[in-house]
Amino acid sequence: MVKMVKATSRARPAVALEHGAVPWLLLVATVTAGPHVTHLPWWLSLLVGGTLSWRAWLWQQRRPLPPRWTLALLVIGTVAAIGWQYRTLFGKDAGVALLVVFMALKPMEMNSRRDALVVVMLGYFLLLTHYLYSQSIPTGLWLLAAITLLTAALIRLHGGAQPVVTVLRHAGLLLTQALPFMLILYLLFPRISGPLWGLPQDAYAGLSGLSEQMAPGSISRLIQSGAIAFRSRFDGEPPEKSDLYWRGPVFDEYDGLTWHTRARPGGSATPAPVVEGVGQSYAYSSILEAHDRRWLLALDVATRLPPDSSLAPTLEAVSREPVRVRSRFSFVSSTNYRANVIEAAGILEQALVLPEGINPRTRALASEWASRPPARIAEAALAMFRNEDFHYTLRPPLLGRDAMDEFLFDTRRGFCEHYASAFVFLMRAANVPARVVAGYQGGEINPVDGYLTVRQSDAHAWAEVWLAGQGWVRFDPTAAVAPSRIEQGIVAALPAGEPLPIVVRLDADWLRELRNRWEAANNTWNQWVLGYNPQRQREVLSRLGWRDPDWRGMTASLAVLCGVALLIVTLWTLPRRLAADPVQRAWRKYCTQLGRRGISRAAWEGPLDFAQRVAREKPDLAALTSEAAGYYAKLRYGRSARTEHDLRRLRQCLYRLPPRRRNNA
Amino acid sequence: MQALASFRRWLFRLARDEQLPIILGQRRIFIVPTRAGTVFAVVLAVMLIGAINYNLSLGHALIFLLVGLGIVAMVHTFHNLFGLQMAPGRVQPVFAGDLARFPLHLENARRQSRRALEFSFAGQAANCVDLPAEGHATVAIACTTTRRGRLDPGRVTLASRYPLGLFRAWSYPHPTWSCVVYPRPIFTPLPAPSPNAHADHLHGDNGQEDFAGLRPRQISDPTRHIAWKAVARRSEEQALLVKQFAGGAAEELWLNWSQTPADRDPEERLSILAGWILAADDQQARYGLALPGTHIAPAQGDAHRASCLQSLALHGEDGESDQPR
Repeated sequence: MVKMVKATSRARPAVALEHGAVPWLLLVATVTAGPHVTHLPWWLSLLVGGTLSWRAWLWQQRRPLPPRWTLALLVIGTVAAIGWQYRTLFGKDAGVALLVVFMALKPMEMNSRRDALVVVMLGYFLLLTHYLYSQSIPTGLWLLAAITLLTAALIRLHGGAQPVVTVLRHAGLLLTQALPFMLILYLLFPRISGPLWGLPQDAYAGLSGLSEQMAPGSISRLIQSGAIAFRSRFDGEPPEKSDLYWRGPVFDEYDGLTWHTRARPGGSATPAPVVEGVGQSYAYSSILEAHDRRWLLALDVATRLPPDSSLAPTLEAVSREPVRVRSRFSFVSSTNYRANVIEAAGILEQALVLPEGINPRTRALASEWASRPPARIAEAALAMFRNEDFHYTLRPPLLGRDAMDEFLFDTRRGFCEHYASAFVFLMRAANVPARVVAGYQGGEINPVDGYLTVRQSDAHAWAEVWLAGQGWVRFDPTAAVAPSRIEQGIVAALPAGEPLPIVVRLDADWLRELRNRWEAANNTWNQWVLGYNPQRQREVLSRLGWRDPDWRGMTASLAVLCGVALLIVTLWTLPRRLAADPVQRAWRKYCTQLGRRGISRAAWEGPLDFAQRVAREKPDLAALTSEAAGYYAKLRYGRSARTEHDLRRLRQCLYRLPPRRRNNA
Repeated sequence: MQALASFRRWLFRLARDEQLPIILGQRRIFIVPTRAGTVFAVVLAVMLIGAINYNLSLGHALIFLLVGLGIVAMVHTFHNLFGLQMAPGRVQPVFAGDLARFPLHLENARRQSRRALEFSFAGQAANCVDLPAEGHATVAIACTTTRRGRLDPGRVTLASRYPLGLFRAWSYPHPTWSCVVYPRPIFTPLPAPSPNAHADHLHGDNGQEDFAGLRPRQISDPTRHIAWKAVARRSEEQALLVKQFAGGAAEELWLNWSQTPADRDPEERLSILAGWILAADDQQARYGLALPGTHIAPAQGDAHRASCLQSLALHGEDGESDQPR
């Protein structure tokens, strides 16, 4: 006998890529690399589009792929260009650009199935990078579509030519079955809060919000954005709208142009602030959008703070680390308060410093008031704003070197940052300690979910004056000029035609309603999907009745639940019944029984032949077997339609078999 | 080594499949991640680190969905083989050096199709087949032949990576089958007809010299004797006609082992005999075969040819007495 020599080599030849599978992979490349066009340099987008179109043309014309060395040149050239463009090859943007380039060029040398697999794996990875830029609901939906396409491409790669609909449906089925695993893992996978290592410089570029300085126009630029700064929900009734001052950075240093937050030496140099709430206090929690700064925009002034945060010497709530992801904080605040009645000398001194030699007219006005008590000076300034011809507008005239003089005596047009800084300048010139506070004012209740929404367009600046015996007292000169800004919001305060973002300025009720619903949906999404961090995970699990879950317990239950899900999926997809034909089953059972009685049917033996052999070898079983074989042959091969009667008779043959003898002795 | 081999035999159920049809149950389907599956896992791990580092919640969701996809793909790859029924078909003899094809009849009892089933013998190229839902198909598994004899191709490796290529499920069905491999013919001039042949058959009545008339075809008549023109002329569907010849004694040829060059290798001598058989068959000659220990009386036709070639194939092997089925 010739035995085949067993081959020991495991090396398999590369499986060639089918012609029909190429469009799938080009689509994968387009879908995963395409949306990055919005933040890639234009030349890179052109290169990606051009390469993919070229590859599609080559496919359509059935032309050979370009030689390897041209690709190598292209890759080296592009990588060098990216390095030049971003000045680095690491970091978020440059890394994404590199991945996109690889994705665009890999199809150019795609000959085997293995190459195609590389494209799909790269595609899965590229999908992740989109979330560095957006994690909104549309992005999430788009994720599902893209992942279906990628999975369909894998099915097409391994399953050969099939109708497109079949492939997509199969991919959809696989993903549906994968969903329970996703939910279990999402809920129970022990979350670690990042970052694991220092993030590259550009990781948080492009976050908007207040900054550590207030240059002319910086707040009006912010007001142009309808983006949400944070959302708050009060445990009880929210305060009056005119009390909603959300405190951000405090500016106590002025250089004649820009207000700064003075860099203070940390530690015990300045004493902790002393705040005493008067009257009602409000408990609420805020979901703060990432802004990469430390201030938490608590309602002025916070009396109870979330963990890992504190009240700065200038009374704003700050967290230990910059807020780099959307986070949730709980506060208790009092809108009526006495703060730092006894203030550190350093802070008071700083609250009087003015640059020398500018704004002589303002200084002259202030020196007229200087003899009055401080509270009266502030009153006088507010009265001036209220009674004289000042206008509230987002399009003020440009101011020169003596900005305060020009504003107070000539142009008289401006918005919160002008009024706040002119007020503070006046106070300091009159020897009253004062400073500028930036933050947000107001907000709008979303009736859909009851959250108070505060947008960048609610950005505001006001003034604060230290009065002996009362501490720091808020004065809002903008309120004196345009009371409606504080009472009703910026839309009411501004004359028609001022530039404002469209989301803020919605007139039609149904549009407003639509916006509210959309934002409420986003809020839920943010809390449950995006804000699902270690802390939230613990909260959710304890609400499900699991107190104090640790990572061991979570991993164990994760494994158990995944096992159960696997079992369910396996059983669900199990083929229904194997031998579906009842006739064959009955005949096979009968033959098995005969086998136990010493005569087994060979695989090739037909029923009638077998019956004849039984008649020769086991005469006692001959009659019954020939009857059973007759029914079987009739049912299986006969011309007439199968009848239930015959099938029943065939089954009965099994029971009519004589009992087996226990032993052969 | 011995223990390892027996462990392998136990683990992979390497025994022959005596019961037909062969049905793949879960005990004999094995599954491991492919290289692509390993790469997939590594990609997921890297993605997870990235998602943690950048606090991407949606990234977590994506990764967990892909993990689920991997698990589900495993189940589906397993089910692609699970419950598959197969039965071996009849194997046609081939000449050494040609591809032997082992037909396997597949039956799919489930409602989903089974795709990309790869059948191969160890070290041989795979044959790929798709099986429609509740349908059947036949795959002819190729096996190269190198020398004459009875070829036992060993167990079949049935593998599939469908649907996602992340896992490879496989099984080792081992039907009882073999292929008769004829010696590779070497064509040399036919030996002279042996003189004593004429003594037996002075008047060959079935020669091909003179056309004698037409008669209905018997199954044993060679196809080249069919009178196609005459058949075409008759409109109704009737039995085929064959041309009948008379006169001129058909030559009777004895192809004898002793006539082959004695100085050559025995295998080569068998190949020369094979060449003679083909040549004689081609010339419509009546020929007999004489091998040490085997004599096949002179005759004609495909069955005769097959029987002669088979005796050459099995000459000196234990299966020598086997008759063609």
